[in-house]
Amino acid sequence: MNSIMPLIRNETVKVWKKKRFLVVIAVLLVLIPVFTYAQMKISLSNRESFTDWRLQLQQKITDYQNQLSSERIPEEWKRYRRIAVQQMQYYLDHNVNPDSPNAVTFTRGFMDASVSMFIPLLVLAIASDLVSGERSTGTMKMLLTRPVRRWKILLSKFIALTLYVSLLLLTTVVLSYLIAGLVFGYGGWSLPVFTGFVVHGSEVDSSAVHPVPQWMYLLMMTGLVWISAMTIACLALMVSVLVRSTAASIVTMMAAIIAGSILSAMASSWESAKYIFSVNLELTNYLAGSPPPIDGMNLLFSLAVLGFWAVSALIVSFTVFTKQDMLN
Amino acid sequence: MTLVTNDAVRGGTLTGNEREPAEKEVVLSVQNVTKNIHGRTIIRGISFDVHAGEIFGFLGPNGSGKTTTIRMLVDLIRPTSGDIYVCGYHVRRDPEKALRHIGCIVENPEMYGYMTGWENLEHFARMQHGIDIERIREVVEIVGMDARIHDKVKTYSLGMRQRLGIAQALLGKPRVLILDEPTNGLDPKGIKELRIFIRSLAEQGMSLFISSHLLSEIQLMCDRVAIISKGEVIAVGDVDSLVSRNESYVLWQLDGREAGLRLLEGDPNVRIVPENELRLDESVTALLPGAIATTMAHEHVASMIRKLSEAGIGIMAVQKVAPTLEELFLTMTEGDTVE
Repeated sequence: MNSIMPLIRNETVKVWKKKRFLVVIAVLLVLIPVFTYAQMKISLSNRESFTDWRLQLQQKITDYQNQLSSERIPEEWKRYRRIAVQQMQYYLDHNVNPDSPNAVTFTRGFMDASVSMFIPLLVLAIASDLVSGERSTGTMKMLLTRPVRRWKILLSKFIALTLYVSLLLLTTVVLSYLIAGLVFGYGGWSLPVFTGFVVHGSEVDSSAVHPVPQWMYLLMMTGLVWISAMTIACLALMVSVLVRSTAASIVTMMAAIIAGSILSAMASSWESAKYIFSVNLELTNYLAGSPPPIDGMNLLFSLAVLGFWAVSALIVSFTVFTKQDMLN
Repeated sequence: MTLVTNDAVRGGTLTGNEREPAEKEVVLSVQNVTKNIHGRTIIRGISFDVHAGEIFGFLGPNGSGKTTTIRMLVDLIRPTSGDIYVCGYHVRRDPEKALRHIGCIVENPEMYGYMTGWENLEHFARMQHGIDIERIREVVEIVGMDARIHDKVKTYSLGMRQRLGIAQALLGKPRVLILDEPTNGLDPKGIKELRIFIRSLAEQGMSLFISSHLLSEIQLMCDRVAIISKGEVIAVGDVDSLVSRNESYVLWQLDGREAGLRLLEGDPNVRIVPENELRLDESVTALLPGAIATTMAHEHVASMIRKLSEAGIGIMAVQKVAPTLEELFLTMTEGDTVE
């Protein structure tokens, strides 16, 4: 009887009218130029010291190797360095510049850097008050006393959220490309990027490595970022259903995300930490071939963990939302 | 005392149901509904019916369970036991069909402040099948909001929000309109306008369910009333018959009170109401200091006046006072505490 389309439209209109998405765009418009400027400074200083990127890369490899022979560096770091050296060597051997300055490379770097904290933060800005916001202002009462089943209302909110998360990633990519292009030029789509490094301990297995054009790499990467972002969105929706105050729901989610990124940085020997969702957010690392924070993690594992958390969050959200008494 | 009122009330319920035309359609039926929240019983097995086209008052002091009941009527919370039907549809089992016939404002009329009144109405119109732009225009006109409808809701006064809330509730042409304490925060002029508006809706065949803690309000607005106290409905009936069930008083203010009192006492048609039984509003007694309260058939009043003046007793005032719903309510809730 009641189709879901008008409901999705309602939810989309509400997020838009709340000007949440405009805030997100404003944040991007401030941050991307800042990073572009920083990147430009780095390129300029590199250009002063090295006439050729090959020399620069060789220098970096030598630096890392020197560090490897040092006594004072912890073994954990050395492992990262060893892997990085092998990968840089691979790029050098195949005569491909891994950091060629152009807008697409910048976009790739920006997405890579923002997947664990920045993108989740922007997702929270949209997702955290979808339900709790309507409860604290009291409009939830109006919404739920209309002749529509509760699960349809929550589903429409979830679909609207999915739309906004997708739009958010698209906007991030487009804005990075457009803004960085002003400085670095708009080329770089077809540059090759190597993917398929397999890390075993501190050895890199490069038998499966193959070059892909950078546009394709960016596409794959954005897909992975989308999966991370949607996991955050599902969890934020759940917290928003469970917690009445929007502030509390943002704090809860941020705490979980930051905890995860600290845990991954600790490269912990606490192995079961790998089942925590926020340790698995950096899916793009698997594409680049960086070592995972905890042994035994790989792309499929992380996808499964994120999927499990997302689906559980949705089940909890829908169960609680359709059953709970609206007392305020 | 307690027994008498309780019996009277039960009689009122029964006769109310029996004597009213039985064919009157029931649009809202609450049957033995109970609600426990956190182990406390908030609502204790309440039952009542609301008929088509009537204004039904839901009267009780704050904290008696009015809002909890209303939330159950509109499926915001689920009853622990019991059933609620709207136009024959079970609210819990068939909410899509039941809620289609209800328009409501629960507590305050909260709308999206960051959207205009019109956008809010569009939003709620999309949630129900068959509401077009024409209908939105219609309800805007009904509540007289044409001038401000395209302003953001956060700029509205409480009165405006109230109107917008009612407009929203009317969108789906409901059979029952539920208003929770609708006069809260309105000025006297606004209250009067609301009363006239509610009456006109009822005349068009809509049923209205209005909660209030003010007895005068219910008495002015409603046809029938359910009185709730501590989660129990202690009376359901016609407002008029509940009021007239208590005999009206005749107050005599006499020059020469003692002689007058003797004369009144001597008359077999007159009963003097002792002070402790008297239930009158202070605003009435303050105007008639020293008045003697009696109950008597009103055809005897004229002969009594003649008798008094023949006996040389000056009559300063004679006043007939109907006990208000408030007095009725006081006796009932007092009975409650005695139990």
